Amino acid sequence: MSKKIGVFVCHCGTNISATVDVEKVAEEAKKNNPGVSYTTTYKYMCSDPGQKLLRDKIKEEGLDGVVVAACSPKMHEHTFRNAAIKTGLNPYHVEISNLREQCSWVHPDKPTGTEKSIDLVRMMTEKTRKDKSLNPIKVPVTKRALVIGGGIAGIQAALDIADGGQEVIMVEREASIGGHMAQLSETFPTLDCSQCIMTPKMVEAAQHENITMHTWSEIESVDGYIGNFDVKIRKKARSVDLDLCTGCSSCWQVCPCKKIKSEFDMGMGNRTAIYIPFPQAIPSKPVIDRENCILFKDARKKNIKPNDSKVCRKCIDACPIAPVKAIDYNQVDEIVEEKVGAIIVATGYKELDDTSLYGEYGGGKYKDVITGLQFERLASASGPTEGAIKRPSDGKEPEIVVFIQCVGSRDPAKGCSYCSKTCCMYTAKHTMLFKHKVHHGHAFVFYIDIRCAGKGYEEFSQRAIEEEGATYLRGRVSRIYKKGEKLVVLGADTLTGSVVEIEADMVVLASAMKAQDDATKIAQAVYIQYDKDKFLSEIHPKLKPVESSSAGIFLAGTCQGPKDIPETVAQAGAAASKVLALLSADELEREPVVAKVDRSPPPVFSTCIGCFYCQKVCPYSAIESEDIKARDGSVIKTVARVNEGLCQGCGLCAATCRSKSVELAGFNDEQIYAEINALEFN
Amino acid sequence: MKIKITTKELKSDFAEEVKKRSGIDVKKCYQCGKCTAGCPVAYEMDYMPNQIIRFVQIGARREALTSRTIWLCASCITCTTRCPKEVKIAELMDVLREMSLEEGLANPLEKNITTFHEAFLNSVKKHGRISEIGMIQEYKMKRPKTAMQDLLVGPQMLSKGKLSFLPHNIKGKNAIKKIFEKCK
Amino acid sequence: MQIEEKTKIGYYPGCAITMGSSSEEYGTSVLRVAEEIGPELEEIHDWNCCGASSAHATNHKLSTALSIRNISLAEQSGYKEILAPCPMCSQRLIVSQNDVEEDEELKKDVEDAIEMPCNGGVKIINYLELIKNYCMDEIAEKKKKTPKDLKIASYYGCLLLRPPKVLKFDDPENPTSMEEIVEATGATSVDWELKTNCCGGGFTLSRTDVVLKLTNDILECAADAGADAIAVACPMCHANLDMRQKKIGKEYNRKFDIPIVYISELIGLALDLGPISLGLNKHFIDTESVVNAFA
Repeated sequence: MSKKIGVFVCHCGTNISATVDVEKVAEEAKKNNPGVSYTTTYKYMCSDPGQKLLRDKIKEEGLDGVVVAACSPKMHEHTFRNAAIKTGLNPYHVEISNLREQCSWVHPDKPTGTEKSIDLVRMMTEKTRKDKSLNPIKVPVTKRALVIGGGIAGIQAALDIADGGQEVIMVEREASIGGHMAQLSETFPTLDCSQCIMTPKMVEAAQHENITMHTWSEIESVDGYIGNFDVKIRKKARSVDLDLCTGCSSCWQVCPCKKIKSEFDMGMGNRTAIYIPFPQAIPSKPVIDRENCILFKDARKKNIKPNDSKVCRKCIDACPIAPVKAIDYNQVDEIVEEKVGAIIVATGYKELDDTSLYGEYGGGKYKDVITGLQFERLASASGPTEGAIKRPSDGKEPEIVVFIQCVGSRDPAKGCSYCSKTCCMYTAKHTMLFKHKVHHGHAFVFYIDIRCAGKGYEEFSQRAIEEEGATYLRGRVSRIYKKGEKLVVLGADTLTGSVVEIEADMVVLASAMKAQDDATKIAQAVYIQYDKDKFLSEIHPKLKPVESSSAGIFLAGTCQGPKDIPETVAQAGAAASKVLALLSADELEREPVVAKVDRSPPPVFSTCIGCFYCQKVCPYSAIESEDIKARDGSVIKTVARVNEGLCQGCGLCAATCRSKSVELAGFNDEQIYAEINALEFN
Repeated sequence: MKIKITTKELKSDFAEEVKKRSGIDVKKCYQCGKCTAGCPVAYEMDYMPNQIIRFVQIGARREALTSRTIWLCASCITCTTRCPKEVKIAELMDVLREMSLEEGLANPLEKNITTFHEAFLNSVKKHGRISEIGMIQEYKMKRPKTAMQDLLVGPQMLSKGKLSFLPHNIKGKNAIKKIFEKCK
Repeated sequence: MQIEEKTKIGYYPGCAITMGSSSEEYGTSVLRVAEEIGPELEEIHDWNCCGASSAHATNHKLSTALSIRNISLAEQSGYKEILAPCPMCSQRLIVSQNDVEEDEELKKDVEDAIEMPCNGGVKIINYLELIKNYCMDEIAEKKKKTPKDLKIASYYGCLLLRPPKVLKFDDPENPTSMEEIVEATGATSVDWELKTNCCGGGFTLSRTDVVLKLTNDILECAADAGADAIAVACPMCHANLDMRQKKIGKEYNRKFDIPIVYISELIGLALDLGPISLGLNKHFIDTESVVNAFA
């Protein structure tokens, strides 16, 4: 049965009509083409009257196929297909011929543009002739979300989802939630204490009835698809039973290993082997650092079970819990399985820590050259000096502190071309914190540009200069070297055109925000893309800023790129709202443009030969294997099967299949050849 | 100082000319000043190294080519080594010196340096290798004000056998002359 | 033409360290040490001056052609490696080799000027590389003297290390190869800060004032770090630190008396080769304290 096809050519104002003779295109579409029963042109097909025209003509003319020759299908395919639905026509009989992005915008003259447009419309007409009705795929939704990462991004996202009435599983690999924000002293541009605004959120997350928290845990694997993810979580052996432990502190007070560099204090202070990372930690229960604990070292050396070692049992002896102690040396990793419908990745950043990168700044050999986060710990009341600014080498109060911006940022020679965005502000803040604590001190800042775009930000950085007396010098530092007790900083001030040499007591490097070392591992585990700097990629930089390249997986915070706290919180909220929208329905409707592997009646069963090349090329792990079984249960053959939930309709499998057993709905061979032949024969 | 940019200056496209001659793209420079910060001779320069690059960037040909800076650069290559944008600054100085000489714009205040280079290369051209005495003689003749300098060092060197009166001529002397001819 | 490959290393002394030149003791000691512990060095026939800073500062093509002529001569004689103990020379040769590799047009011009092909494939090494690649075991084996409490500041200067992307030798900001050799002789390395600073190089005649300021900083830093002597592997560095040392003292009102020794001389002393055969009598600052430390 031949179709009645209507062709609607859009002027797109003058976007198309300036280089394409739209009237001629409409006219030609009809010529020698008995299937085309109606053609017209319209100024703006996407406008309300344009859509009405489409609907009316489908009804009036009894069209069962439509070609809209307009802009890219990415823009308005959805609009026109929805219009068709209202008339009762299956939307997959509506096709778009792209006369704008692929024609009028790229061709300079009207004859060429018109000629090509005629071809494009004819091709799409032929495809439309072969279109079949397709129905959306419905998938059930597990109403629970997973948040990976327990920093401010993860906490905010979890709270927003939980407050929206949905369950949240939160996974944090450290012993406590809190992330980098918990390490900061004060926050810009208001100088409010970071922990004072952070800890209430941490407590709220911990106590929220909809939030289940797994600390000291990592993602083992993620399978499944939007609405239906299967997650395996590795709960690393903490050596402490969270249910029994009361966090009374008896154990870490007696631990003899007291000289382990504290990660939370960025190596500026020490901790014990059984420890809580910081006083406000959540959960406020310790973990044993098995690398450094002498008992575990001994057990490894002797190749015995930890509990059999007798080297040191001070912590377990001190534990007041009875009859079963809260400390369990023999505890092992545990795998927890969870089902979730949506995932938010909020795995954060790490501060640049490759000291060898900057040999000219001492390459890590000068104790008094510290990083931004180290300065935060120095200035923090909960830090190793209880907030007193003392230099690490000798504990003296530094009088001249030099702050160097863009260390590891905007430095392509060191493999990092981007701007870390937060350093201009936090350096201005550092100068203020320093001046507030060391009144007679002098703060010098070497900068290339001051980038303080944000509400109240410019005023904040000007305040550092005007009111707090920081001296800003425009130039990058070339070298730092030690001279006696001082650090000679060799910089420049390009505004006066001079070399500036400062004998400083301490130097603070505004170290770059880098992607986590294992960012690519998490990206691969959840099948999402990342950029050249290993930050996780959003699918559209402007219009889909929190969506990852995999449906149902969203991004929040600095795992996606450098950003400050307000921006992180906003993004976390955005990701949470996406998750809530997703979890609000019982079922999800998906585009039916997915691949299918042939199934035939016996004795063939399937033309698939089971080579599984399709599985190798599929970027979404959507190809599974299926045993076709006889009645007695014996396997007749093993063939490929497409998981419709995971398939994104890219067509790689169909193109790869050697036995032509894979078909992509809406783009099958018949349709594609019809398009090509339409071009060939004219 | 006032830099005048006219159509003539723009048409000559100084930066492009530098790029053609040397492959060095000054557009990459974002003026962070790290070259200046690490330059051991910056304290003596009339313009800082980053300012010389700036001159090239904005087409201020005369200012760059008449500067003392290009001659004072000691070619220690610290700037190139540390440049975050991988601009070959020390090598840029070489090109600017070359252009400055070609256009007769070399700053007379650094005549000592240009004369030294001349004397050095004359000696190479003549003998194929450096004759230290001959080179020093030519230099001191052309820069009489320096004649009294190092009066004591010379005899000491002679007495230690560290200066030879006889220049060493290589066999391929003529080949060297040809190289000089062809590389004018 | 069939070229016979040689196992010997082509020796390119350059002008400054040949006999009768300002830094002949460097050449003398390099050859004397090689005689003792190898590897066998053979002077490249009819080598010419690389043009040094005067050529590259004023005429890039000339500078490249002068350097490449030497490499092509070595190539024709079948050497696979060239030792250029003077870093000014080794740096010029390596950079020129790199430049013609990257610039086809320049390569054509240069081959036309030197009337020889330049095929590449010859590796140019500096003196520290030679020792590290060929002699560390030999030094350990044949070492006869260990100095008593001799603290040495290793000074690299510029051209052994820069430009790092082309030279690809050691860490440009914190090199350690010279210290390794110093310690192999039994002397102690002092940790000091200015080992890669510039001494002013070729400005010794034309801008002596600049040289005096830069060398003063270097000497002061080494002295403050407690160095008894400074080890160098560059005739320009040596000339500026040794010959100019008295004048620096006068200009900056601080008296220095720090022997400046070539790394080859230190190796020679450890091997118990005569100080005079190493040229240690040719220095301006008396090297007796160093020689005595090895007694």
